[in-house]
Amino acid sequence: MPTSPATLTEARRLRDHFAAQGAIVVKADVLQPADLLLDLYGEDIRARAYLTADPLRGEKVLRPDFTVPVVQMHMETYADPARYTYSGKVFRKQETDETRANEYVQVGYEVFDGQNPAAADAEVFAVIAAGLAGLPLRAATGDIGVLMAAVRGLRTTDDRKAALLRHIWRPGRFRALLRRYGSGEVPPLRAALLATDDPFASAGPEVGLRSRAEVAARIAALRADAEAAPLSSDETALIDAILGLRATSTDALSVLRDIAVDMPSIGSAVRRMEARLDAMAARGIDVDTLDFEGSYGRTSLEYYDGFVFGFYASDRPELPPIATGGRYDALTARLGQGRAVPAVGGVIRPDLALEVGKC
Amino acid sequence: MLKLGVPSKGRLMEKTFDWFGARGVTLRKSGSEREYAGAVDGIEGLELVLLSAGEIPRELALGNIHLGVTGSDLVREKLVNWDRRVREMALMGFGGADLVIAVPQGWVDVDTLDDLDAAAAAFRAQHGFRLRIATKYHRLVREFLRDNGVADYQLIDSQGATEGTVKNETAEAIADITSTGETLRANGLKVLSDGLIHASQATLFRGSRANWTPEQRKILKALELVLDL
Repeated sequence: MPTSPATLTEARRLRDHFAAQGAIVVKADVLQPADLLLDLYGEDIRARAYLTADPLRGEKVLRPDFTVPVVQMHMETYADPARYTYSGKVFRKQETDETRANEYVQVGYEVFDGQNPAAADAEVFAVIAAGLAGLPLRAATGDIGVLMAAVRGLRTTDDRKAALLRHIWRPGRFRALLRRYGSGEVPPLRAALLATDDPFASAGPEVGLRSRAEVAARIAALRADAEAAPLSSDETALIDAILGLRATSTDALSVLRDIAVDMPSIGSAVRRMEARLDAMAARGIDVDTLDFEGSYGRTSLEYYDGFVFGFYASDRPELPPIATGGRYDALTARLGQGRAVPAVGGVIRPDLALEVGKC
Repeated sequence: MLKLGVPSKGRLMEKTFDWFGARGVTLRKSGSEREYAGAVDGIEGLELVLLSAGEIPRELALGNIHLGVTGSDLVREKLVNWDRRVREMALMGFGGADLVIAVPQGWVDVDTLDDLDAAAAAFRAQHGFRLRIATKYHRLVREFLRDNGVADYQLIDSQGATEGTVKNETAEAIADITSTGETLRANGLKVLSDGLIHASQATLFRGSRANWTPEQRKILKALELVLDL
């Protein structure tokens, strides 16, 4: 669908607003290599983005966002600190809801600054909020970093922590793992396997690339897991408390500080949140009324691993978020071939901003 | 005229003819054995169209045919939001086959999707690429694995002899249709205990009636009466 002149004007206004904060205007190819996105997101990306085969260049994807190409661009030039802005169409397959747009303009603001992450978080949120000033919106925030710190600090095996961290983005599987680790139960078939002297007695011939040694290694891991002590109910209760947290940011901080007494591992993440709220308050954001949700940002197909936020139309719950953003330090580490730069950014959809402004 | 699409060959066609015949509607191929033209006795205005079972979902959704017999797996795989675009009129009780996830029997450590997910994570770390699952049912398999929280896999397209891909080392596991499981076992594979994606059978579907004429609606009513639906 062609972009309306009004949307283009609004996109231009937002990009100028971001550029006025010192951001360099950058562009990205519409066709991006698909292998990188497939590596990051797995097969699920095929349901969300348009992948296409190029006989010479392999699989390509119509850019589903600008973040990945902007990170790549930054990792090549590597001038820290840096601020970037861009405006252009992104393409999203809509497999379930035909009313949602499959191509639309995003205007973004990305900050690469390792000096003061809390200030950078506050800056991105405040600059996006200023771009949307006057619109009837409500903001939602969260912090994936708190949850990740809580998992890393659990008193359990490294394998279990790694499995939980791997599934932070899949709440159903995360919960199932947490339940199993907490129960101390071993599924009957697994118990039978671990009890046999020769697990390969009736295994038949070896077929395929996954070798018998790999199977044996996993059996050893299963044995270690079966012998590990169950996760304490106190600790799973604390994880549940973090996930179930819904409060204003000020109250949420207070609750998380209480949790940190029993779970010291989240201490530094909570201090980062406190520094962020101070930096936001200094920028005029009313953190006493700003919503915070412990689970916010976990179900989107994104790469955020710290502060996360979204702006929603107050009276139009059917609309997608008008703006979204967050911190993605881990993504820069994966794309930086060993180097990592703390990074945070957000995008606004000018078409939706206009739509909400009409009311 | 109301067009009924039926698979153009093999057991699915014969069984479909038998099913309608037992209910007083005679479907038959007209002309020579090789010609894909059909005739109907018993319902005035019903036209038989013979075409590939795999094309019937699309033709139904496009409105090129009004009714169609095909596997429920094919409709779910090929039509996004299938239940909003076509309606099941009758489960026909034949052509039964299960779409399942199968892995080598030698994977004694893998019995459930939970195991598959853990094995996929270790496989990726060991081999540097995501565990490959060969299938032709891309959408159904992807949605099933997403809903069950399985990660670190990739789907490899396989339009035939899928059971052989593991032995040939072009895939580590498969997702395919099986009725007895014999071919799976013969190729050294086993089905995951919670790996049933869809239990498929031949089904009579009708497309959206939005653009139907009063005459076409009347023919459908007559057919429903004869078929006792």
